[in-house]
Amino acid sequence: MALVLNTLCWTVCGSALAQGSGRLLATSGISDVEGAGGGGLVPWAVVTGYGTDDQIGANLHATIAGEPDFLLTSLGAGIGFYDRIELSYAHEWLDTGHAGARLGLGQGYQFHLDVAGAKLKLFGDAVYDQDTLLPQISIGTEFKAADRHAVLDAIGAKSPDGVDFYAAATKLFLSESLLLDATLRFTKANQFGLLGFGGDRSDSYQPEFEASAALLLSRRLAVGAEVRTKPDNLGFAREGPAFDAFVAYFIDKHVSATLAFLALGPVARQGDQNGVYFSVQSGF
Amino acid sequence: MRILLLVCFLAGAGTGRAWAEPTLYEQLGGHDGLWRIVDRALTLYFTDPRLHDDFDNINRDWLQPRFFAYFCKVADGPCVYKGRSMAASHKGLHIDQARFNAVVEDLQRAMDDNFVPFRMQNRLLARLAPMERAIVTR
Repeated sequence: MALVLNTLCWTVCGSALAQGSGRLLATSGISDVEGAGGGGLVPWAVVTGYGTDDQIGANLHATIAGEPDFLLTSLGAGIGFYDRIELSYAHEWLDTGHAGARLGLGQGYQFHLDVAGAKLKLFGDAVYDQDTLLPQISIGTEFKAADRHAVLDAIGAKSPDGVDFYAAATKLFLSESLLLDATLRFTKANQFGLLGFGGDRSDSYQPEFEASAALLLSRRLAVGAEVRTKPDNLGFAREGPAFDAFVAYFIDKHVSATLAFLALGPVARQGDQNGVYFSVQSGF
Repeated sequence: MRILLLVCFLAGAGTGRAWAEPTLYEQLGGHDGLWRIVDRALTLYFTDPRLHDDFDNINRDWLQPRFFAYFCKVADGPCVYKGRSMAASHKGLHIDQARFNAVVEDLQRAMDDNFVPFRMQNRLLARLAPMERAIVTR
């Protein structure tokens, strides 16, 4: 019932805005935890939503990742303008549960992060350019602000705010029903920025590599995997790359759901965090 | 008998045909299979409200053989397409991406209706996708 209402709402909203969701199903990708159009962990070169080059598209996401010692939640929205520019916002909560007590922060202590993103498609088309190997290329930036300044300072983070820069290359190999993305990010973020930026071990921008591979099983169903390397700036707690393996189902152009196994690596001295990611997304 | 088999094997290998991967045209069911797909797709185009302005003034009996010949050629079938280029035949029609994609969606449905497997559908669509640059002019 909620789905029907949701679809009806977007259809009405879309019509009111004279927007037709003109792109093909699933070519929007989903919104990552930071709100950018892409996979679950990695921003892609595609512009969020289903707007064509003369339409506006949008996507909302609600994502929850349950790890052994943490609960990560992300809510956000992205708007795609004319399949060219994307603006996005996400708010993330990291609930430390029992780990908060062990770390002396208090049971259920929460870190928060605000992420405002912008992405510009430079050239190439991931879907139509099937006669060339050239991918769609976009550049993007994410302005991130964490709270809990005193705690971040105590663990050695140099700043509660930071700016990421990335370049993403995305290509649909349609004859193979395969989508590949490679993203290069320059960042100082500790655990995506939830634990601040820079640290005692390093306070300089580092190139980090991110990649997604998705095999399309039908127009609605895709399975795949992602990797995202992260800086290791804090002597307080080592940090490693994150991985996921996902199943994404696109009910229609208005609703999708993604279920994943998500390995975040070690977080805040609590050991490797292997858990479950679930995201529901809605847009036009 | 063994020698005969060997001769057959060598003859087959020599022509390079007997062992070749069937063309996409053949995998789509040859003439009859592709004709059914095109026939269904055009039925959808001529009744799709999103495409009303594009197909309203076109004679289907004129369009269908040309449409078939183009697809047949694209799928490596034994056809000669004598029509105009995609750019020339769509010039001045102000077709936008949304209508181009509506045509794609109807073609996907036509292939579904003819039980063409998803991955085979994508192999045909991959050969047609670059047409977007020639057809979409708005």
